[in-house]
Amino acid sequence: MKRKHKRLTFVAVGMALLAVAVALMLVVFEGSVVFFYSPTDVKEKQVPPEKRFRLGGLVEEKSVAKASDGLTTTFRVTDLANVVTVTYRGLLPDLFREGQGVVAEGKLRPDGVFVASEVLAKHDETYMPPEVADALKKGGQWKGEKSVKKP
Amino acid sequence: MRWRTVLPLVLFAVLAVALGVGLTLNPRDIPSALIDKQVPDFALPPVPGKALGLASADLKNGEVALVNVFASWCVACRAEHPLLMELARRRTVPLHGLAYKDAPADSARWLAEWGDPYERTGVDRVGRVGIDFGVYGVPETFVVDGQGRIVFKHIGPITPRDLESKILPAIATARGS
Amino acid sequence: MIPELGHYAVVLALAVAIAQMLIPLIGASRALPSWVAVARPAAVAQFAFVAFAFAALMYSYIVSDFSVINVAENSHTLKPMLYKVTGLWGNHEGSLLLWVFMLTAFGAAVALFGGNLPPTLRARVLAVQAAVGVGFYLFILLTSNPFGRILPPPLEGHGLNPLLQDPGLAFHPPFLYLGYVGFSMAFSFAIAALIEGRVDPAWARWVRPWTLAAWCALTLGIALGSWWAYYELGWGGWWFWDPVENASFMPWLLGTALLHTAIVVEKRDALKTWTILLALLTFALSLLGTFLVRSGVLTSVHAFATDPERGVFILLFLVIVVGGSLTLYAIRAPTLGNGGLFQPISREGALIFNNLLLTTACATVFIGTMYPLFLDAVAGAKVSVGPPYFNGTFAPLMVPLIAAMAVGPLLPWKRGDIAGAFGRLKFAFAAAALVALATLYFAWGGPVLAVFGMAVAAWLIVGAAVEFAERVRLFRAPLAETWRRALHLPRAAYGMSIAHAGMGLVVMGIVATSSWEQEKLLIMKPGDRTSIAGYDIAFEGVSNVRGPNYSAARGHYQVTRAGAFIARMEPEQRSYPTPPMQTSEAAIRPRTDGDLYIAIGDPAENGGWATRLYHKPLVHWIWFGAFVMVGGGLISLTDRRHRVGAPARQRGPAVQPDVQAAE
Repeated sequence: MKRKHKRLTFVAVGMALLAVAVALMLVVFEGSVVFFYSPTDVKEKQVPPEKRFRLGGLVEEKSVAKASDGLTTTFRVTDLANVVTVTYRGLLPDLFREGQGVVAEGKLRPDGVFVASEVLAKHDETYMPPEVADALKKGGQWKGEKSVKKP
Repeated sequence: MRWRTVLPLVLFAVLAVALGVGLTLNPRDIPSALIDKQVPDFALPPVPGKALGLASADLKNGEVALVNVFASWCVACRAEHPLLMELARRRTVPLHGLAYKDAPADSARWLAEWGDPYERTGVDRVGRVGIDFGVYGVPETFVVDGQGRIVFKHIGPITPRDLESKILPAIATARGS
Repeated sequence: MIPELGHYAVVLALAVAIAQMLIPLIGASRALPSWVAVARPAAVAQFAFVAFAFAALMYSYIVSDFSVINVAENSHTLKPMLYKVTGLWGNHEGSLLLWVFMLTAFGAAVALFGGNLPPTLRARVLAVQAAVGVGFYLFILLTSNPFGRILPPPLEGHGLNPLLQDPGLAFHPPFLYLGYVGFSMAFSFAIAALIEGRVDPAWARWVRPWTLAAWCALTLGIALGSWWAYYELGWGGWWFWDPVENASFMPWLLGTALLHTAIVVEKRDALKTWTILLALLTFALSLLGTFLVRSGVLTSVHAFATDPERGVFILLFLVIVVGGSLTLYAIRAPTLGNGGLFQPISREGALIFNNLLLTTACATVFIGTMYPLFLDAVAGAKVSVGPPYFNGTFAPLMVPLIAAMAVGPLLPWKRGDIAGAFGRLKFAFAAAALVALATLYFAWGGPVLAVFGMAVAAWLIVGAAVEFAERVRLFRAPLAETWRRALHLPRAAYGMSIAHAGMGLVVMGIVATSSWEQEKLLIMKPGDRTSIAGYDIAFEGVSNVRGPNYSAARGHYQVTRAGAFIARMEPEQRSYPTPPMQTSEAAIRPRTDGDLYIAIGDPAENGGWATRLYHKPLVHWIWFGAFVMVGGGLISLTDRRHRVGAPARQRGPAVQPDVQAAE
């Protein structure tokens, strides 16, 4: 083989790999990009049921309740402007608490209840997940503007 | 120079520009509409068990003051609370509390449990005054000069560093002017 | 006083670093030996200053000097001493100080032990190291000073998060950083080589030990982090494709590629420009990992916004370091020459294949990690890219890589014989087939891919063993001959075989635990029984216990298998009063066939307790395999060829592509 041909072999193998990788990414990407919404987004954007997304906000005070099976928990997530009810079956993470920031992943049921398959509270005592902080700011600002405009 | 060796640089340049543009698209600091404006007019009753309520007139008595927005359901408030207690103990500046969207009884219990650093408190049950202040999350802390003008706003829990590097200097400037 | 001295020491280190950056570079290009000679003492002095600063901060942590803001925010008098010390690097400012501490330690090591390096190359390497250091000192002094004071000091510190008090977490960052900083050596060597305009086998031989050491540290750091997540976070996962994890994984992937391609440069004087590029990119990703994780930018661009000073500095620093080095690469790389020729089927070819797969895999991880950041920045939409994406793209790329890992070492340099290699791998084939059958037998009805995965892993492990046996001519020569060969085999060869086999163990662990994990979530009342994966679990009840700074509900479970007692397991639900928080302490019982994992949750109304059971087959093989890989790396590091100087450089002009390219 000529020098040029050898290099071509490697370029061809490299291109083929890249093509495979791109194909894989395109196939898998669609299903695994999960949007992050605040309760206000959920109200405003008419998120269709069966679409997976992450919901973030604060766990509303005194909203946490256990169902009679002892494993299902319902609670409300708020961004101080709107509220979404969440139900989750499983053990809640260590840092889950009322008044605390939370991120839940799952889908909306047709009746508007968010069915979480995963509840994340990955942050320490003084730290709020940035998404939740953003969601709160967004929710609050939206409300603030509305009422400030009032005469 | 051959194109193959320039390619990584070009790709990185695209990346860096995209990142840079992305950053400028974002509001760096959340604009605070009320900086350098007068505080809204309000008069609120105190948290049950406390004597002094909070009204806009109290912020116009010629003395620089801090207004801290808190709520019993807010965990971040608990984080900054020891610092507020410390501040109250030092008596550097009058500190007032605005109980935002919180049941008065809960606020009272909260203060009883964790300590009460506030000189005056106002119960903002529905959050109306908070909205006028431009509050969009708790905790927030405002520095108000003696004429009822908001000169500084801090968003989120106060850390010792924030206190030293932002809030105390803001107070000093307000006193100086 | 001591913190102020520490602060001052950082300022002095900055001054020394600026001198160390400029004087040797000028000296090397103008052939001024006295200027070149500045590099060594400067590197040692810089290390001394930073070590002093580090010790000063360490002292403040040990004596709980809360007048130092950093200590007040991150420590507490009630913390055990170990966590007071490790709390130093559990925060942004302290971790940056640890970073420069390691950076200057590496620099001093080159200055003191790099006696066999040509003086100009050493001077240039140290100058580049100093330049990186200057960036970090400025960052520390301008935006992230760990020595700031607060007066009057608070009575008590704020840092007492029990979740973060764990040996796994305490030692995870230093090893990660050791890895990141180690790659800065490869970076400095690459820049120095670009300035000199020559890369040759001697250069590769100097670079390899640094890269290898960095790789070992990074591997260990990642493994510790994953282990911590597994047994502490309480939900039984060991890898989440979380941006923070990816940030350390990307330099690992490229660093692994670099490790292998440097061999080609050393042995065959080929793939030079590619190796240089890998060295630059590996360090670029290390920087990205350091900065973006600590600043929280990876989860949200708004983290930049909350502290614009730092955000702008980070961006600027990245642009200067990465942009500058890639510009230098664009200008100088074409002059480096191509080096030795080889056929596609050869050791070199196999290593290129390895590199292509590793870099492609790294690119897919990069895109998945950065995409949410871009979308957030450009469209303001918040998304996360989940594990399905990473599993779907990463795993298919790893399969050919692992398959090739067994074949590559059996191919000779320049021109290989693939049929011969496969012929010698017949034992590996047999082992793979056997494992596949065994898997089918034991786990009938499980995922088909898992059977394939186990077979590939067995192929790799046995393939590594076959390659080793070939080298010592096991069973082909008299035992005495084999023994003699084994004794004289370079340590690097042992290291390679061990590390490859370790990788096989990791793969087995991953495949098994992700394919056959069993999970059960139920309410158990005292006296209830349940079973999982052939184990019978009886719940005996809950007792209240009191720990040093917490109270806990402790569940008592008795595990039996076919009537025989196996273990008592006692998971706890702990409540800490200050700050008020609950943590779940899972009980984990490692067994040969996998881990049994029990976590207890809240009490239910009917007097039962929420209980989560897992059986995770072979899960501990993941970390065991990773430790084996690190062991292999360390053994390879002790190879005397790394310690004894490289052969003298070929004499001749710096640029001579035609001569070297001639076959």
